[in-house]
Amino acid sequence: MTAQPKLVGFACRWCSYAGADLAGTSRLEYPASVHLIRVPCSGRVDPTFVIRAFQRGADGVLVAGCHPGDCHYASGNLFARRRFALVKRFLEYLGLEPERFRLEWISAAEGRRFAEVIREMTADLERLGPNRKLREDP
Amino acid sequence: MPRIGAFICHCGLNITATVDVERVAARARAIPGVVHAETYKYFCSQPGQEKIAEAIRSSRLDGVVVAACSPSMHEATFREAAALAGLNPYLVQIANLREQCSWVHSHRETATVKAAALVAAMVAKVRRDQPLEPIRLSVYPRALVIGGGVAGMQAAWDIAEAGHSVLVVEREPNLGGRMAQLSETFPTLDCASCILTPRTAEVARHPRIELLTWSEVREVSGYVGNFSVKIARRPAFVDWDRCIGCMLCQEKCPAPAPIAFEHGMGMGKAIGVSFPQAVPNRPVIRREYCRRFQGRKCQVCAKVCPVGAVDFEQAESFREEKVGAIVVATGFDVMPAAQFGEYGYGEYPDVIDSLAFERLNSSSGPTGGVIRRPSDGKIPREVVFIQCAGSRDPDRGKPYCSKICCMYTAKHAFLYRQKVPDGQAYVFYMDIRAGGKGYEEFVQRTVDQAGAMYLRGRVARVYPEDGRLLVEGVDTLSGTTVEVAADLVVLATAVLPREGARDLARTLKIAVDEHGFYSEAHPKLRPVETMTRGIFLAGAAQAPRDVAETVAQASAAAAKALGLLTRGELAADPLVAQVDEARCSGCLVCRHVCPYQAIEPRDVAARKVASVNPGLCQGCGACAAICRSGAMGLHGFSGKQVLAEVEAICL
Repeated sequence: MTAQPKLVGFACRWCSYAGADLAGTSRLEYPASVHLIRVPCSGRVDPTFVIRAFQRGADGVLVAGCHPGDCHYASGNLFARRRFALVKRFLEYLGLEPERFRLEWISAAEGRRFAEVIREMTADLERLGPNRKLREDP
Repeated sequence: MPRIGAFICHCGLNITATVDVERVAARARAIPGVVHAETYKYFCSQPGQEKIAEAIRSSRLDGVVVAACSPSMHEATFREAAALAGLNPYLVQIANLREQCSWVHSHRETATVKAAALVAAMVAKVRRDQPLEPIRLSVYPRALVIGGGVAGMQAAWDIAEAGHSVLVVEREPNLGGRMAQLSETFPTLDCASCILTPRTAEVARHPRIELLTWSEVREVSGYVGNFSVKIARRPAFVDWDRCIGCMLCQEKCPAPAPIAFEHGMGMGKAIGVSFPQAVPNRPVIRREYCRRFQGRKCQVCAKVCPVGAVDFEQAESFREEKVGAIVVATGFDVMPAAQFGEYGYGEYPDVIDSLAFERLNSSSGPTGGVIRRPSDGKIPREVVFIQCAGSRDPDRGKPYCSKICCMYTAKHAFLYRQKVPDGQAYVFYMDIRAGGKGYEEFVQRTVDQAGAMYLRGRVARVYPEDGRLLVEGVDTLSGTTVEVAADLVVLATAVLPREGARDLARTLKIAVDEHGFYSEAHPKLRPVETMTRGIFLAGAAQAPRDVAETVAQASAAAAKALGLLTRGELAADPLVAQVDEARCSGCLVCRHVCPYQAIEPRDVAARKVASVNPGLCQGCGACAAICRSGAMGLHGFSGKQVLAEVEAICL
């Protein structure tokens, strides 16, 4: 078996982390590539976290939060949206393939969607191969 | 060197079926700083918790990672267990091996490798956790109830009876809400005002209840136990303290005004109350219909008022109130006419909705309780009721059942037959949903005793012919098309959240569902709480429901509010932001992104730094993410912790 891509996911505890839990209770199978890091809000995710993940060899990074308008803290995901629109362009400028970074809105009721996003991203990452661009040599 | 213990749960077969827990434990043992790792069948069980406590004591652990189910399941359990064993509860982290690993993967090797990485990430995180104490918050012993309908009144009454003071804010001039508009209530046929009026009077007289009607909540700041609320009172143009409630003004006012209370069925006056039993019994001037405000000479009300209470110069006024808990009971609206072109609603005067039928049927209504059709005042001989007008209709965006319509339509058909013994009621329905004590029996009575003709099917269209309305539909049980000539058509229109409910949700920072009803924190276990601590829900603002359920839910919300108010103090999670003042540049960008106004500037040694109010901070971390100098931290989710998790995962 070929090595699975490594996907680091930042998930807000109110929506997307709960959505991932729902995928679990619904027994929706998806690739084991993803490792979630629980954060209070997508607005907590510092671009440094994303860039560090790529530097340490993550093949893809997902930031997932509540749908706009549904943020538990009212506006956190809107900050995330603005911030990661820029970060995404910056990563592409650095030469990273756009599929390697995604910002997604996944609600606590969208277990199916969570599984779907992980499947899609994993398929993209398998196609792209390992991230060599930003990875620092160990 | 830290002394961390890792506890890998089998969760029966839930985790072990996919993950090799012994290998995960072995991998954990190899992590520097991990001095203890064990596996057990169920760590959440009493013996399981005892094992953790024993290891904390014997191995002098200063950090614990439990690799088990989602933290939303048992984080609190394991934190408590650790605290009992003498470890600070905030030095416990949960690796989610069940919901996010064993249940969603089937390949044992990859799932085990992932599980080990998740444990390593939590070990990295817990090493950087600090012992924390819960934040103690004082609770201001007063509740705010938004909405003065039957839900709001019940909640206010229960809280006040338990000994706490309550402020009720109602948008209309008088208490009563939707229930005051109803004629009778199902299935007992009690007259609605007969049961509501005494309750209204009790609420109004209660020494611990303060009423603010004709008022709206404009701003809410603060947090559980300590909300600060800005309330706007619209100008009534009558000094209510002076007014004696004689209503001479209303009697003499020459300007008719369509008042919302009559729901299109009757006119009120530009000055007055909505209905005779109104509480408080004080009038308002409806500016848009008042002759004086239209620039004409009039001022009849001012002339006839025996106490000189009319005040055309009155302006909107504001007040700030402090409360510890909030009950939201804003009720419902019904779907507006414009949505029902095929039924001619809004076009033909004799097509009305059920709320209008309530007014026609009400003894205090515009017809004195005689059912007359709006167009010519004739008593209708044939009435067609159309259920599910908008409800269970995904095309109109309302796939849900409005829940109350089957029962009130049966009530309408029953009451109609009582008042018009030779009349015939037809009911077009999709299904009859009569779950409730005595409900199904009541529908049967409507069929058997009132002779209502129930036709299962949809109505295609309604059009006028020879002064009557032709209703074309299908009876899907017999498979035939049906045509009924009716004098009156009554639509059971879909229940919607009150107009402005979304704006109020934003003001309160609570969530709404896709249809605009307020979201409960958990559909089963926390049905009257919102995700915002200290804010509770009652009545049809949360979902369509009838009077009995509304009252029950209002009492539940009151009990939850009392749970807060009766404690002088409560504990909150200390996972809040904190400033490293040495690194803070004082730019205060953090202040602009904080949704809770929790950050204020503070002078330290002749320079300005940010300072966080831990009572206001909800721990969202927006400030920590935006801080350019890395001065803003967040307990439990610090930059160092998250980066350590990233490194552990990517290793």
